[in-house]
Amino acid sequence: MSPAPMPQSPDTQAAPRTVLDASDISRALTRIAHEILERNKGADPVVLLGIPTRGVGLAARISERITAVEGRSVPTGSLDVTMYRDDIGLKPARALEHTDIPPGGIDGKVVVLVDDVLFSGRTIRAALDAIGDIGRPKAVQLAVLVDRGHRELPIRADYVGKNLPTSLIERVTVHLTEYDGDDAVVIADKPADKSGDKPVDETARTGASA
Amino acid sequence: MRHLLSAGDLTRDDATLILDTAEEMRSLADRPIKKLPALRGRTVVNLFFEDSTRTRISFEAAAKRLSADVINFSAKGSSVSKGESLKDTALTLQAMGADGVVCRHGSSGAPHLLATSGWMTGSVVNAGDGTHEHPTQALLDAFTMRRHLGSLEGRRITIVGDVLHSRVARSNVLLLSTLGADVTVVAPPTLLPVGMSSWPCTTSYDLDSVLPKSDAVMMLRVQRERMNDAFFPSAREYSRRYGLDVHRMAQLPDEAIVLHPGPMNRGMEISAQVADSTRSVIVEQVTNGVAIRMAVLYLLLSGSPETSTTSTEEQTA
Repeated sequence: MSPAPMPQSPDTQAAPRTVLDASDISRALTRIAHEILERNKGADPVVLLGIPTRGVGLAARISERITAVEGRSVPTGSLDVTMYRDDIGLKPARALEHTDIPPGGIDGKVVVLVDDVLFSGRTIRAALDAIGDIGRPKAVQLAVLVDRGHRELPIRADYVGKNLPTSLIERVTVHLTEYDGDDAVVIADKPADKSGDKPVDETARTGASA
Repeated sequence: MRHLLSAGDLTRDDATLILDTAEEMRSLADRPIKKLPALRGRTVVNLFFEDSTRTRISFEAAAKRLSADVINFSAKGSSVSKGESLKDTALTLQAMGADGVVCRHGSSGAPHLLATSGWMTGSVVNAGDGTHEHPTQALLDAFTMRRHLGSLEGRRITIVGDVLHSRVARSNVLLLSTLGADVTVVAPPTLLPVGMSSWPCTTSYDLDSVLPKSDAVMMLRVQRERMNDAFFPSAREYSRRYGLDVHRMAQLPDEAIVLHPGPMNRGMEISAQVADSTRSVIVEQVTNGVAIRMAVLYLLLSGSPETSTTSTEEQTA
């Protein structure tokens, strides 16, 4: 399950590059927290929902920063989209992640979805469907740590930590201390044997079941 | 995991995956829209050759909540009453494109035959076969116990009653021992099957000596419809020695819970006061049954048929 860096085959693979280090990530999240408050005129209507796995950790960090600025906490939860994915019938059954909707619900709130990497947009499409089954928010916004491009659906992020132009043969991995022991965003070439057509990219991007 | 035929086929990781998945499925009950799109376009056939209320309804609710199409088949009023064989029924289901078949049959091994004969390609879930197994019942019992007791590792669980005719007992013993629990089976000698020594549990004939050391006690139904012999002198004597009443229940440790797979014979194996007491989790078992069956159907049917794989592979995928 853990997206530990792929073991590099000795031949043609370029060494993984770190594009954001711990302090870059920290600054980006602080800025996103302020942007969320600015755009929504305070923390009042905001509910943060992280998309497992790493979106949940990022949502918690943004939540801490909002609390520090506003002096009050915002409801923060997690939203598993596994069963709403469009490729669910194409791959082996996957374990579900935890969905945790804050007690106040999402009706009439501004839901800010939080994910680590925005790529094809299919995860967010699935998340929008999942939200539709849970309630009717006033608005849905999207915060991502990295936008790596290559969208396959008309979806864009409202808050972006870093725009990272990538090629499709690259693999972007976000490490967070809670899950991986360090904070970093790493780009590596995808190992040749693992590369397939597009839908595989989606999984490779965050490890297992983003 | 392509079929679920026996609780004994599940590794500890498989069982834990099912229980964890059921935990997520259970939270669906609190949502305004109790529906998930995971099995959209899949067809689940409930193939019931034997009477059942809660198991069939539970599987039906589970499949519908996952957006599958459900076809209910009961032997009464079908071509089976005209003498159709299991094979021809299976070929019919295959021709109709059933992705999953939930099978209950009076003969032990019927679901196994369906799964391995090559008559059909869908996944088979055993919903109770003869006196053999009932794996989803064992899973929902384990799930209910886990919600109350936490990890089942080292927990002392007592199963009381008609073990000879009980598919629930066999599946539970296999699953609970896989999950690390210490299982004790209590029954009159006539209601224990031959070959108990190979089961991963201990046996006792004396309920009163076991109860004070039990974290959970599961009462089994006395299955009169399967009793073609005099297994005990009278219902009253059975009830006195092996029935759970309030006095016996008082011997249980404070946190212990009481389970029953249903349908209950109140006054026989369990008294009405016990069934309705706060320790009884019998109604909760039914609620949890839907969550467990959703988890099983999801894990068996949601992936692509060609690449269906065991949970262990999937976790490293």
